[in-house]
Amino acid sequence: MPQIPESHQKVRFYQTGTLTVGNRLLDAEHRSVQGTMDRSNSLDSGHRACQGCGEALGARFAIDAAMRATNNQLIAANATGCLEVFTTPYPETAWSIPWIHSLFGNAAAVGAGIAAALKAKGREDVRVIAQGGDGGTTDIGFGCLSGMFDRNDDVLYICYNNEAYMNTGVQRSSATPGGARTATTMPVGKDPGNAFNTGKSVPLIAMAHLIPYVATASVHDLHDLEHKVTKAMGIHGARYIELFVPCPLGWGSKPSDTVKISRLAVECGLYPLIEAEHGELTGVTKIRRQVPVGEYLKLQRRFAHVLKPANAHQLEQLQAIANRNIKKFSLIDEQGGQE
Amino acid sequence: MKTPFAITLDAGSSLLNKTGSWRTERPVYLDRLPPCNHACPAGENIQQWLYLTEEGRYAEAWRQIMDDNPFPAVMGRVCYHPCEVSCNRGQLDEAVGINAVERFLGDQALINEWQMEAGAPTGKRVMVVGAGPGGLAAAYHLRRMGHEVTVYDASPQAGGMVRYGIPKYRMPREKLRAEVARIEQMGADLQLNTRIDDVIAARDEGKFDAVFLSIGAQLPKRVDIKVNGELPVLDAAIVLRNTELEEPTGLRGQVVVYGGGNTAIDVARSAVRLGAKSATVVVFEAREHMPAHEFEVKEAREEGVELICLRAIREVNGNQVTLEKLVPSEGRWPQPTGQFETITADVVVQALGQNVQTDLVDTISGIKVAEGAVQVGTDMQTGCPGVFAGGDMIPSERTVTTSIGHGKKAARNIDAYLRGITYDAAEQHELVTFDMLNTWYYSDAPRTVRPMLSVMRRQSGFAEIVGNIDQDNATFEARRCMSCGNCFECDNCYGVCPDNAVNKLGPGMRFKFKYDYCKGCGLCVSECPCGAIKMTPEEI
Repeated sequence: MPQIPESHQKVRFYQTGTLTVGNRLLDAEHRSVQGTMDRSNSLDSGHRACQGCGEALGARFAIDAAMRATNNQLIAANATGCLEVFTTPYPETAWSIPWIHSLFGNAAAVGAGIAAALKAKGREDVRVIAQGGDGGTTDIGFGCLSGMFDRNDDVLYICYNNEAYMNTGVQRSSATPGGARTATTMPVGKDPGNAFNTGKSVPLIAMAHLIPYVATASVHDLHDLEHKVTKAMGIHGARYIELFVPCPLGWGSKPSDTVKISRLAVECGLYPLIEAEHGELTGVTKIRRQVPVGEYLKLQRRFAHVLKPANAHQLEQLQAIANRNIKKFSLIDEQGGQE
Repeated sequence: MKTPFAITLDAGSSLLNKTGSWRTERPVYLDRLPPCNHACPAGENIQQWLYLTEEGRYAEAWRQIMDDNPFPAVMGRVCYHPCEVSCNRGQLDEAVGINAVERFLGDQALINEWQMEAGAPTGKRVMVVGAGPGGLAAAYHLRRMGHEVTVYDASPQAGGMVRYGIPKYRMPREKLRAEVARIEQMGADLQLNTRIDDVIAARDEGKFDAVFLSIGAQLPKRVDIKVNGELPVLDAAIVLRNTELEEPTGLRGQVVVYGGGNTAIDVARSAVRLGAKSATVVVFEAREHMPAHEFEVKEAREEGVELICLRAIREVNGNQVTLEKLVPSEGRWPQPTGQFETITADVVVQALGQNVQTDLVDTISGIKVAEGAVQVGTDMQTGCPGVFAGGDMIPSERTVTTSIGHGKKAARNIDAYLRGITYDAAEQHELVTFDMLNTWYYSDAPRTVRPMLSVMRRQSGFAEIVGNIDQDNATFEARRCMSCGNCFECDNCYGVCPDNAVNKLGPGMRFKFKYDYCKGCGLCVSECPCGAIKMTPEEI
């Protein structure tokens, strides 16, 4: 039975426990990096992401945690994509860390090269992150990524998954869910939107490489996310973390709903939060207050057609996927919920 | 500066790019009014003293209560806590046990002998008539403002209805005595066993600059019941007063109480404790429309008190009491049916409420009495300049807490009167409703249950029946507070901003938006647990 991650220890007597970013009543060791006044703000103000960008939020969460874990000795290689474009329009940069832009598809290979160079120079203190969106990871960069896993290079690869090619105009990727509208999977015909039973789960593929650490995380659960990044930085070898980052522009959602949508994706079961070591599932974050998938879908225009009576079969298919995840990963305790 | 080949610009920081210009709406921090504070008849800042209790700052929390209410230990026992009824947490799981925490703080103050200080002397003198909760609260606040105060009361002990109307099992006398003593230590002069018959004469004789009347409502309301025979028909207020004075109450054998309010229940429960064979409450209203509080009725029934609802007492023959059955109607009152039944009684007690004894105010020119209550303006002043009134004698809810609220409000207006200015209450903030909260962030935490004395012990004496919660529980309970509408520094806005456009100013200092970079996405508003941020349109 997978264990509940340490970040979810139940803290008695506290108003908000570890659910909020900070909590003045918590011991220092339970507080988040994001709640500290001296967090590194690796991704600083002035970047050009859309209002309410989940990726910008997720990147600061993850890299700040990695900076804390490595004592600020960090280099990042960044695939082409939104994250690269909105942070570094020439001649500005929003990054306050050493940061290298690679090509669309070779961030994993560039990261592996930096790690090899550091090894050659004997710099064991400096750690490497490679990062990109789901397009650059699951499609275009997939070969390089698999190679990095295969060689067990000492790199943490972070995929910011917003489920389509957002930078180029919302085209389908292999991380786009069934039923979703994109520019290339329009909501027309009998089965509108993206076809079901397509795409791939890179976290499960990464697990199949038997690498030391694989995890999924979401921007709504900061303590869980920081715990996973911190844990990953404490391990050497190839590691993979996928962050679920809603995209208000591509998903047709309100910028103020980014965290809420992320929370509902996890709470309905469509996006399970898991941890695995050497190919074995070692932890799952339990669902706290289960909701039907419709609660998650209805906040996004990319799924508007799914909620129409004519497409009830699509809603059923999505609910079936959620149910399968809940069963497969034991996302709900028999007593019901995490607390 | 020399730049490499094909590079024409120096690398710069994105901080040059002021993304705040994208914004059409801006988030602003605000304090909203929590429903508990809104509902408190004494105007306590409950949310703030719970906040202090959460951190274990009990003395500061107690002082926060004392800013509005000098009786935390009394309140924690007899207040009907409308704060808990309105608590937003009630819609999530269960309301915060505010009353239990208040009692804990009140008792801590008594154990540790925390004191309050009088204000710098102003040389003004105020006469207070009536040492009940309203009069004592006024005296306390006036002392804090530096005025000299003398409180007159006809009874041998201070406390008014808290002492002579609320039985000991709910309000232990030593706690009341200690909280009154604290007000005396602040310099309030208590003149007990002193009945004032002519207010104006007493004011002039004592050279008082203002008067606060708070004599309560003590005249029992009665209905005429035809009594054939010798069966005694008593009044609840007098029975309870005699219970307190430990004088014969006349409660014996089979006691029948007539009335559906808290007083009726108090009499019946006192009868049980005084060894009556049975105690039956005859209630005019249907069970669900009884004015008595549900928990009191429940506790009374546990102690063996019987309830007969939808009945009116019509006459008494010997020891037989004739009841007419009633049926609920569309209107305010149930209607008679013409069907009768009898029950046996050794004594009947009427508990149908009390009226204000108006002969005291009838002598004061300018004071208006309407529908049995003294009329006052929004400044609590009667028609006679410099004479203020509050408590049960003016139209009100007639609870202890309401009277204490009147005392505070009157004191503030008397202070203004004495200074020749008008008192303007601060403008109230917008009320927080449940939909303004993001309750995801609050840990699931069920309410702490206060220990109760066993029924056996409750039936045999006047020991206090509701126990204390301990320090751990009090802190736990305080920490269930959702801090509605007031920032509790959870760091969510600071954390969830994708643009790093929130400055954290440090513990106790809250946060500040960097409007140069805030794009106005509204994530901070959505994810603020307590509704302390709102979006306002930019002027474009």
